[in-house]
Amino acid sequence: MTAMTKITHHLTDALLMGYAAGALPEAFNLVIAAHVSLCDECRARLGSFEALGGAVLEDADAEAALADDSFAATLARIAARPAEAPGPAPKPGLFPTPLQDYVGGDLAAVKWRGFGTGVRQAILPTSSAATVRLLCIPGGVAVPDHGHRGLELTLVLQGAFRDEDGRFGPGDVEVAGEEMEHTPVAEAGEDCICLAATDAPLRFKSLLPRLAQPFLRI
Amino acid sequence: MSADRDWIELVGRIRDHRDQEAFRALFTHFAPRVKAFLIKSGARPDTAEECAQDVMATLWHKAHLFDPTRASVATWVFTIARNRRIDLLRKERRPEPEDLPWGPEPELNPAEALGLQQESAQLAAALSALPEKQRHLIEKAYFGELSHSEIAAETGLPLGTIKSRIRLALDRLRHAMK
Repeated sequence: MTAMTKITHHLTDALLMGYAAGALPEAFNLVIAAHVSLCDECRARLGSFEALGGAVLEDADAEAALADDSFAATLARIAARPAEAPGPAPKPGLFPTPLQDYVGGDLAAVKWRGFGTGVRQAILPTSSAATVRLLCIPGGVAVPDHGHRGLELTLVLQGAFRDEDGRFGPGDVEVAGEEMEHTPVAEAGEDCICLAATDAPLRFKSLLPRLAQPFLRI
Repeated sequence: MSADRDWIELVGRIRDHRDQEAFRALFTHFAPRVKAFLIKSGARPDTAEECAQDVMATLWHKAHLFDPTRASVATWVFTIARNRRIDLLRKERRPEPEDLPWGPEPELNPAEALGLQQESAQLAAALSALPEKQRHLIEKAYFGELSHSEIAAETGLPLGTIKSRIRLALDRLRHAMK
Protein backbone atom coordinates (compact mmCIF):
# COMPACT_ATOMS: atom_id res chain seq x y z
CA MET A 1 0.00 0.00 0.00
CA THR A 2 2.99 2.27 0.24
CA ALA A 3 3.03 4.23 -2.99
CA MET A 4 5.55 2.84 -5.40
CA THR A 5 6.10 6.16 -7.12
CA LYS A 6 7.54 9.29 -5.63
CA ILE A 7 4.93 11.64 -4.29
CA THR A 8 5.51 15.21 -5.48
CA HIS A 9 2.26 16.98 -4.57
CA HIS A 10 1.65 17.26 -0.83
CA LEU A 11 -0.86 18.66 1.64
CA THR A 12 -0.60 22.28 2.77
CA ASP A 13 0.35 23.27 6.31
CA ALA A 14 -3.11 24.71 6.82
CA LEU A 15 -4.74 21.37 5.96
CA LEU A 16 -2.37 19.37 8.15
CA MET A 17 -2.88 21.77 11.03
CA GLY A 18 -6.65 21.74 10.51
CA TYR A 19 -6.62 17.93 10.50
CA ALA A 20 -4.42 17.78 13.61
CA ALA A 21 -6.69 20.28 15.35
CA GLY A 22 -9.81 18.34 14.38
CA ALA A 23 -11.23 21.42 12.65
CA LEU A 24 -12.03 19.98 9.23
CA PRO A 25 -15.16 18.29 7.88
CA GLU A 26 -15.12 14.49 7.86
CA ALA A 27 -14.86 14.35 4.04
CA PHE A 28 -11.55 16.24 4.06
CA ASN A 29 -10.32 14.18 7.00
CA LEU A 30 -10.75 11.05 4.90
CA VAL A 31 -8.68 12.37 1.98
CA ILE A 32 -5.99 13.60 4.38
CA ALA A 33 -5.88 10.30 6.30
CA ALA A 34 -5.61 8.44 2.97
CA HIS A 35 -2.79 10.67 1.71
CA VAL A 36 -0.87 10.48 5.00
CA SER A 37 -1.17 6.69 4.85
CA LEU A 38 0.81 6.85 1.60
CA CYS A 39 3.15 9.78 2.28
CA ASP A 40 5.91 9.62 4.92
CA GLU A 41 6.71 13.29 4.57
CA CYS A 42 3.18 14.45 5.34
CA ARG A 43 2.99 11.89 8.16
CA ALA A 44 6.03 13.50 9.77
CA ARG A 45 4.66 17.02 9.24
CA LEU A 46 1.36 15.91 10.75
CA GLY A 47 3.33 14.57 13.72
CA SER A 48 4.67 18.08 14.26
CA PHE A 49 1.23 19.64 14.19
CA GLU A 50 -0.09 17.04 16.61
CA ALA A 51 2.86 17.78 18.89
CA LEU A 52 1.75 21.41 18.83
CA GLY A 53 -1.67 20.21 20.00
CA GLY A 54 0.07 18.35 22.81
CA ALA A 55 1.82 21.58 23.82
CA VAL A 56 -1.51 23.43 23.84
CA LEU A 57 -3.03 20.73 26.03
CA GLU A 58 -0.04 20.83 28.35
CA ASP A 59 -0.52 24.55 28.97
CA ALA A 60 -0.72 24.85 32.75
CA ASP A 61 -3.21 27.75 32.66
CA ALA A 62 -5.75 25.50 31.10
CA GLU A 63 -6.68 23.27 34.02
CA ALA A 64 -10.30 22.77 35.03
CA ALA A 65 -11.38 21.43 38.41
CA LEU A 66 -12.51 17.82 38.33
CA ALA A 67 -15.55 16.35 40.04
CA ASP A 68 -14.79 15.01 43.52
CA ASP A 69 -15.29 11.40 42.51
CA SER A 70 -13.58 11.78 39.15
CA PHE A 71 -10.76 9.30 39.69
CA ALA A 72 -12.99 6.63 41.22
CA ALA A 73 -15.53 7.09 38.43
CA THR A 74 -12.78 6.64 35.86
CA LEU A 75 -11.61 3.41 37.51
CA ALA A 76 -15.22 2.23 37.40
CA ARG A 77 -15.33 3.02 33.69
CA ILE A 78 -12.16 1.04 33.13
CA ALA A 79 -13.58 -1.94 34.99
CA ALA A 80 -16.85 -1.74 33.08
CA ARG A 81 -15.28 -1.67 29.65
CA PRO A 82 -13.19 -4.56 28.43
CA ALA A 83 -9.84 -3.74 26.87
CA GLU A 84 -10.13 -3.10 23.20
CA ALA A 85 -8.72 -5.60 20.82
CA PRO A 86 -6.00 -4.18 18.62
CA GLY A 87 -7.33 -2.77 15.36
CA PRO A 88 -7.17 -4.95 12.28
CA ALA A 89 -3.83 -5.01 10.49
CA PRO A 90 -3.73 -2.98 7.27
CA LYS A 91 -5.27 -4.98 4.47
CA PRO A 92 -3.29 -5.02 1.27
CA GLY A 93 -5.05 -3.44 -1.66
CA LEU A 94 -5.25 -0.34 -3.80
CA PHE A 95 -6.98 1.68 -1.09
CA PRO A 96 -5.28 2.73 2.16
CA THR A 97 -6.99 1.34 5.27
CA PRO A 98 -9.03 4.46 6.20
CA LEU A 99 -10.56 4.48 2.73
CA GLN A 100 -11.26 0.75 2.87
CA ASP A 101 -13.14 1.40 6.10
CA TYR A 102 -15.49 3.81 4.32
CA VAL A 103 -15.90 1.71 1.18
CA GLY A 104 -16.34 -1.52 3.08
CA GLY A 105 -13.53 -3.12 1.11
CA ASP A 106 -11.11 -2.41 -1.67
CA LEU A 107 -11.71 -1.39 -5.31
CA ALA A 108 -13.95 -4.38 -6.02
CA ALA A 109 -16.39 -3.27 -3.30
CA VAL A 110 -17.04 0.18 -4.80
CA LYS A 111 -20.63 0.78 -5.96
CA TRP A 112 -19.96 2.91 -9.01
CA ARG A 113 -22.51 5.01 -10.80
CA GLY A 114 -21.92 6.10 -14.38
CA PHE A 115 -22.22 9.56 -15.81
CA GLY A 116 -22.74 8.48 -19.40
CA THR A 117 -19.32 9.76 -20.43
CA GLY A 118 -17.36 6.83 -19.18
CA VAL A 119 -16.67 8.66 -15.95
CA ARG A 120 -17.98 6.89 -12.84
CA GLN A 121 -18.31 8.04 -9.27
CA ALA A 122 -19.26 6.70 -5.88
CA ILE A 123 -20.18 9.10 -3.08
CA LEU A 124 -19.04 7.90 0.34
CA PRO A 125 -21.13 8.48 3.46
CA THR A 126 -19.83 11.33 5.63
CA SER A 127 -21.28 14.26 7.53
CA SER A 128 -22.88 16.83 5.26
CA ALA A 129 -20.42 19.70 5.81
CA ALA A 130 -18.46 18.46 2.80
CA THR A 131 -18.71 15.63 0.30
CA VAL A 132 -16.21 12.96 -0.68
CA ARG A 133 -16.41 10.65 -3.67
CA LEU A 134 -14.36 8.16 -5.58
CA LEU A 135 -13.93 9.00 -9.26
CA CYS A 136 -12.95 6.69 -12.06
CA ILE A 137 -11.91 8.52 -15.22
CA PRO A 138 -11.00 6.47 -18.30
CA GLY A 139 -7.48 7.02 -19.63
CA GLY A 140 -7.27 9.90 -22.09
CA VAL A 141 -10.57 11.47 -21.02
CA ALA A 142 -10.55 15.19 -20.30
CA VAL A 143 -12.53 16.68 -17.48
CA PRO A 144 -14.29 19.78 -18.86
CA ASP A 145 -13.01 23.06 -17.55
CA HIS A 146 -14.34 23.57 -14.12
CA GLY A 147 -13.93 26.30 -11.62
CA HIS A 148 -14.32 25.78 -7.91
CA ARG A 149 -16.75 27.27 -5.53
CA GLY A 150 -15.06 25.92 -2.45
CA LEU A 151 -12.05 23.90 -1.45
CA GLU A 152 -11.37 20.70 -3.34
CA LEU A 153 -8.85 17.98 -2.48
CA THR A 154 -8.13 15.30 -5.06
CA LEU A 155 -5.95 12.31 -4.18
CA VAL A 156 -4.82 10.01 -6.99
CA LEU A 157 -4.97 6.31 -6.13
CA GLN A 158 -4.31 4.77 -9.54
CA GLY A 159 -3.31 6.13 -12.96
CA ALA A 160 -2.58 9.84 -13.31
CA PHE A 161 -3.96 13.12 -14.54
CA ARG A 162 -2.39 16.31 -15.77
CA ASP A 163 -3.53 19.87 -15.53
CA GLU A 164 -2.07 23.36 -15.40
CA ASP A 165 -0.39 22.48 -12.11
CA GLY A 166 1.51 19.50 -13.46
CA ARG A 167 1.22 15.73 -13.34
CA PHE A 168 -0.57 13.99 -10.48
CA GLY A 169 0.25 10.32 -10.02
CA PRO A 170 -0.52 7.75 -7.31
CA GLY A 171 -0.31 9.30 -3.85
CA ASP A 172 -0.26 12.89 -5.15
CA VAL A 173 -2.89 15.24 -3.81
CA GLU A 174 -4.10 18.40 -5.53
CA VAL A 175 -5.38 21.22 -3.34
CA ALA A 176 -7.61 23.54 -5.38
CA GLY A 177 -9.19 26.70 -4.09
CA GLU A 178 -11.85 28.95 -5.53
CA GLU A 179 -9.41 30.86 -7.66
CA MET A 180 -8.48 27.77 -9.60
CA GLU A 181 -9.64 27.11 -13.14
CA HIS A 182 -8.15 23.94 -14.50
CA THR A 183 -8.63 21.25 -17.09
CA PRO A 184 -7.54 17.90 -15.75
CA VAL A 185 -6.92 15.17 -18.33
CA ALA A 186 -6.51 11.54 -17.34
CA GLU A 187 -3.33 10.07 -18.80
CA ALA A 188 -3.70 7.45 -21.49
CA GLY A 189 -3.55 3.94 -20.13
CA GLU A 190 -5.31 2.57 -17.09
CA ASP A 191 -8.30 4.33 -15.54
CA CYS A 192 -7.45 7.20 -13.26
CA ILE A 193 -9.00 6.56 -9.85
CA CYS A 194 -9.18 9.50 -7.45
CA LEU A 195 -10.63 10.32 -4.07
CA ALA A 196 -12.03 13.85 -4.18
CA ALA A 197 -13.56 15.96 -1.43
CA THR A 198 -15.22 19.34 -1.73
CA ASP A 199 -17.10 21.68 0.56
CA ALA A 200 -19.03 23.29 -2.29
CA PRO A 201 -22.73 22.38 -2.10
CA LEU A 202 -23.66 19.40 -4.20
CA ARG A 203 -25.88 20.51 -7.03
CA PHE A 204 -27.37 17.22 -8.02
CA LYS A 205 -27.85 15.35 -4.76
CA SER A 206 -30.67 12.82 -4.97
CA LEU A 207 -31.43 13.55 -8.61
CA LEU A 208 -27.98 12.34 -9.49
CA PRO A 209 -28.85 9.16 -11.35
CA ARG A 210 -31.24 10.95 -13.69
CA LEU A 211 -29.16 14.00 -14.37
CA ALA A 212 -26.67 13.28 -17.07
CA GLN A 213 -24.35 16.01 -15.98
CA PRO A 214 -21.47 16.14 -18.48
CA PHE A 215 -18.98 16.08 -15.70
CA LEU A 216 -19.29 16.82 -12.07
CA ARG A 217 -19.00 20.43 -11.15
CA ILE A 218 -16.96 19.80 -8.13
CA MET B 1 7.56 19.25 30.64
CA SER B 2 10.76 17.96 32.17
CA ALA B 3 8.62 15.23 33.65
CA ASP B 4 7.87 13.81 30.25
CA ARG B 5 10.27 10.92 30.52
CA ASP B 6 8.48 9.98 33.71
CA TRP B 7 5.15 10.05 31.93
CA ILE B 8 6.49 7.47 29.49
CA GLU B 9 7.55 5.24 32.33
CA LEU B 10 4.13 5.57 33.95
CA VAL B 11 2.36 4.59 30.73
CA GLY B 12 4.69 1.58 30.58
CA ARG B 13 3.71 0.58 34.11
CA ILE B 14 0.04 0.69 33.15
CA ARG B 15 0.78 -1.39 30.08
CA ASP B 16 2.88 -3.98 31.88
CA HIS B 17 1.43 -4.09 35.38
CA ARG B 18 -2.00 -2.39 35.25
CA ASP B 19 -0.46 -0.12 37.87
CA GLN B 20 -3.17 2.06 39.47
CA GLU B 21 -0.72 4.39 41.22
CA ALA B 22 0.98 5.14 37.91
CA PHE B 23 -2.46 5.80 36.49
CA ARG B 24 -3.34 8.11 39.35
CA ALA B 25 -0.24 10.25 38.67
CA LEU B 26 -1.11 10.53 34.97
CA PHE B 27 -4.74 11.21 35.83
CA THR B 28 -3.86 13.98 38.28
CA HIS B 29 -1.82 15.73 35.64
CA PHE B 30 -3.79 15.17 32.47
CA ALA B 31 -7.47 14.81 33.40
CA PRO B 32 -7.91 18.49 34.43
CA ARG B 33 -6.17 19.57 31.24
CA VAL B 34 -8.33 17.34 29.08
CA LYS B 35 -11.44 18.67 30.80
CA ALA B 36 -10.32 22.26 30.24
CA PHE B 37 -9.50 21.47 26.62
CA LEU B 38 -12.99 20.06 26.06
CA ILE B 39 -14.69 23.01 27.77
CA LYS B 40 -12.70 25.48 25.69
CA SER B 41 -13.69 23.47 22.63
CA GLY B 42 -17.36 24.08 23.41
CA ALA B 43 -18.40 21.15 25.62
CA ARG B 44 -20.57 21.79 28.68
CA PRO B 45 -18.72 21.25 31.97
CA ASP B 46 -20.66 18.11 32.97
CA THR B 47 -20.15 16.61 29.51
CA ALA B 48 -16.48 17.58 29.60
CA GLU B 49 -16.11 15.82 32.96
CA GLU B 50 -17.55 12.58 31.59
CA CYS B 51 -15.48 12.80 28.46
CA ALA B 52 -12.29 13.52 30.36
CA GLN B 53 -12.95 10.34 32.36
CA ASP B 54 -13.53 8.50 29.12
CA VAL B 55 -10.31 9.84 27.59
CA MET B 56 -8.35 8.71 30.65
CA ALA B 57 -9.99 5.28 30.53
CA THR B 58 -8.93 5.07 26.88
CA LEU B 59 -5.37 5.90 27.92
CA TRP B 60 -5.48 2.92 30.30
CA HIS B 61 -6.87 0.56 27.70
CA LYS B 62 -4.59 1.70 24.89
CA ALA B 63 -1.38 1.96 26.90
CA HIS B 64 0.08 -0.86 24.79
CA LEU B 65 -0.36 1.25 21.65
CA PHE B 66 1.62 4.23 22.90
CA ASP B 67 4.92 4.64 21.03
CA PRO B 68 7.32 7.14 22.65
CA THR B 69 9.42 7.33 19.48
CA ARG B 70 6.48 8.90 17.67
CA ALA B 71 4.73 11.11 20.21
CA SER B 72 5.09 12.54 23.70
CA VAL B 73 2.49 11.44 26.24
CA ALA B 74 0.93 14.92 26.06
CA THR B 75 0.62 14.65 22.28
CA TRP B 76 -0.89 11.18 22.55
CA VAL B 77 -3.43 12.33 25.14
CA PHE B 78 -4.23 15.32 22.94
CA THR B 79 -5.04 13.05 19.96
CA ILE B 80 -7.32 10.89 22.10
CA ALA B 81 -9.11 13.98 23.47
CA ARG B 82 -9.41 15.50 20.01
CA ASN B 83 -10.98 12.37 18.57
CA ARG B 84 -13.36 12.14 21.52
CA ARG B 85 -14.34 15.76 20.92
CA ILE B 86 -15.11 15.10 17.25
CA ASP B 87 -17.19 12.12 18.26
CA LEU B 88 -18.97 14.09 20.97
CA LEU B 89 -19.61 17.49 19.41
CA ARG B 90 -19.93 16.59 15.77
CA LYS B 91 -21.06 12.95 15.92
CA GLU B 92 -18.61 12.11 13.19
CA ARG B 93 -16.22 9.31 12.53
CA ARG B 94 -12.58 10.26 12.55
CA PRO B 95 -10.61 8.61 9.74
CA GLU B 96 -7.02 8.00 10.87
CA PRO B 97 -3.99 7.14 8.73
CA GLU B 98 -3.11 3.48 8.65
CA ASP B 99 -0.32 2.39 10.95
CA LEU B 100 3.18 2.22 9.67
CA PRO B 101 4.53 -1.22 8.95
CA TRP B 102 7.01 -1.25 11.79
CA GLY B 103 7.67 -4.93 11.47
CA PRO B 104 6.62 -7.80 13.71
CA GLU B 105 8.34 -6.54 16.84
CA PRO B 106 8.66 -2.80 17.13
CA GLU B 107 11.77 -2.17 19.18
CA LEU B 108 11.87 0.66 21.59
CA ASN B 109 14.82 2.88 20.89
CA PRO B 110 15.51 4.97 24.02
CA ALA B 111 17.65 7.52 22.14
CA GLU B 112 14.91 8.14 19.61
CA ALA B 113 12.28 8.41 22.30
CA LEU B 114 14.45 10.87 24.21
CA GLY B 115 15.07 12.94 21.08
CA LEU B 116 11.39 13.19 20.40
CA GLN B 117 10.58 14.14 23.97
CA GLN B 118 13.23 16.86 23.86
CA GLU B 119 11.88 18.26 20.61
CA SER B 120 8.37 18.23 22.04
CA ALA B 121 9.58 20.13 25.10
CA GLN B 122 11.32 22.68 22.87
CA LEU B 123 8.13 23.08 20.91
CA ALA B 124 6.14 23.72 24.08
CA ALA B 125 8.75 26.28 25.14
CA ALA B 126 8.55 27.94 21.71
CA LEU B 127 4.78 28.09 22.03
CA SER B 128 4.84 29.73 25.44
CA ALA B 129 7.50 32.21 24.24
CA LEU B 130 5.23 33.51 21.47
CA PRO B 131 3.56 36.90 21.83
CA GLU B 132 0.24 36.39 23.55
CA LYS B 133 -1.84 37.25 20.50
CA GLN B 134 -0.14 34.61 18.38
CA ARG B 135 -0.26 31.99 21.08
CA HIS B 136 -3.94 32.68 21.55
CA LEU B 137 -4.58 32.13 17.85
CA ILE B 138 -2.84 28.77 17.91
CA GLU B 139 -4.89 27.75 20.93
CA LYS B 140 -8.07 28.80 19.13
CA ALA B 141 -7.09 26.62 16.19
CA TYR B 142 -6.62 23.60 18.46
CA PHE B 143 -9.84 24.23 20.32
CA GLY B 144 -11.51 23.85 16.93
CA GLU B 145 -12.51 27.51 16.68
CA LEU B 146 -10.78 28.27 13.39
CA SER B 147 -11.99 26.97 10.05
CA HIS B 148 -9.61 25.75 7.39
CA SER B 149 -9.84 29.03 5.48
CA GLU B 150 -9.08 30.98 8.65
CA ILE B 151 -6.03 28.81 9.26
CA ALA B 152 -5.03 29.11 5.60
CA ALA B 153 -5.34 32.90 5.73
CA GLU B 154 -2.69 32.69 8.45
CA THR B 155 -3.66 36.07 9.82
CA GLY B 156 -1.28 36.27 12.70
CA LEU B 157 -0.76 32.51 12.87
CA PRO B 158 2.99 32.10 13.25
CA LEU B 159 3.19 28.90 11.23
CA GLY B 160 6.63 29.87 9.95
CA THR B 161 7.96 30.42 13.45
CA ILE B 162 6.51 27.20 14.68
CA LYS B 163 7.72 25.26 11.69
CA SER B 164 11.28 26.46 12.08
CA ARG B 165 11.20 25.11 15.63
CA ILE B 166 9.77 21.74 14.82
CA ARG B 167 11.73 19.33 12.79
CA LEU B 168 10.00 16.47 14.45
CA ALA B 169 10.29 12.95 13.28
CA LEU B 170 11.04 13.36 9.58
CA ASP B 171 14.60 12.05 9.55
CA ARG B 172 13.78 9.55 12.22
CA LEU B 173 10.85 8.32 10.20
CA ARG B 174 12.97 7.91 7.07
CA HIS B 175 15.49 6.00 9.12
CA ALA B 176 12.82 3.71 10.50
CA MET B 177 11.33 3.05 7.05
CA LYS B 178 14.65 1.93 5.55
